[in-house]
Amino acid sequence: MKLLTHNMLTSHVKGVTKGYPLLIKATEVKVNEVDFNPQFVSRMIPKLEWSALVQALGQRQDLPGELVADYEKDDEFLKKVHRVLLEVEVVEGCLQCPESGREFPISRGIPNMLLNEDEV
Amino acid sequence: MASSCRRPEHSAPPELVSIQTQMSERAVELLNLPEGQPCFLLDVGCGSGLSGDYLSEEGHYWVGIDISTAMLDVALDREVEGDLIVGDMGQGIPFQAGTFDGCISISALQWLCNADKRTHSPPKRLYTFFSTLYSSLSRGSRAVFQLYPENSEQLELITTQAMKAGFSGGMVVDYPNSSKAKKFFLCLFAGTTGVLPKVGNKDISARGYYWCRFKNMKGKPVKKGRDWIMEKKERRRRQGREVRADTKYTGRHRRPHF
Repeated sequence: MKLLTHNMLTSHVKGVTKGYPLLIKATEVKVNEVDFNPQFVSRMIPKLEWSALVQALGQRQDLPGELVADYEKDDEFLKKVHRVLLEVEVVEGCLQCPESGREFPISRGIPNMLLNEDEV
Repeated sequence: MASSCRRPEHSAPPELVSIQTQMSERAVELLNLPEGQPCFLLDVGCGSGLSGDYLSEEGHYWVGIDISTAMLDVALDREVEGDLIVGDMGQGIPFQAGTFDGCISISALQWLCNADKRTHSPPKRLYTFFSTLYSSLSRGSRAVFQLYPENSEQLELITTQAMKAGFSGGMVVDYPNSSKAKKFFLCLFAGTTGVLPKVGNKDISARGYYWCRFKNMKGKPVKKGRDWIMEKKERRRRQGREVRADTKYTGRHRRPHF
């Protein structure tokens, strides 16, 4: 699972109102080379929840805590964001809903968002 | 029997791969995405990611959601570019509001019409799906579903729930006169009304298609209107009650009296 997807993913367990951002508990992370597309990255930045992205990175301080003002022209910055969003992938681990504490397992890079009958 | 063999969920013919690609091509065409811009799309019921391959080819980024882990494993082995998620669309699309620039789905929606478990209620699951999808789409974007409706009631069930969730839109039927090549595309618009779809410019006349828009947004005629009266009379007739015959005077206003 890419961090771009994580930034958009919410928990949809019954009774949870926000369910965002999901906590990542990763046991295996890999970095995959993806072609850099500055147009796409700068289009996605306004849609991102920046604080959630910084939180997802945790200890690794790859990104500044605040969004850079003129990001469209800042190629260095876009490359960094691209790397975080599209190249870093969580392979094994789980996602935890911040409200209900429900855990969604991730295996082979695919998070399992299926709910049980009583959670719908 | 002969007719049921044409349905992909009943038998999977070897030519499925090329047909899948063709249908995704048409679905993307109907999405009417801005020219030359990489978009973030959702593929509902992505399966092994055949439709996603086409999206990647076009330079878009996508997320696929499917209920079958076996199919997603195939997608992993094929090394598709999009991100994959295991999820049941009847339980809702678990994404933040305004995430996607569009949504496609190839031959997946009809699965929601089946109740596989005792607790499943197709209208409710359809509504959950459409309402969560509506919020996860950005305003002005579209969702295109290719589907094989079993009958007209099923189609009505789907469209009613879609409209209830706030979508407007209609049905595009390609090759309406051929029983084999006929393809249904349900086109839903999130947040835009009254805009007819640009149905693409690739040899439309050769393909032959027709577009029909949903008539009323709520699925029920306006109260006290002629349609409403006719429907009510029909309903009472079915119940075996005594109902006056339909005439040209039915549903007319009386002339004003002093």
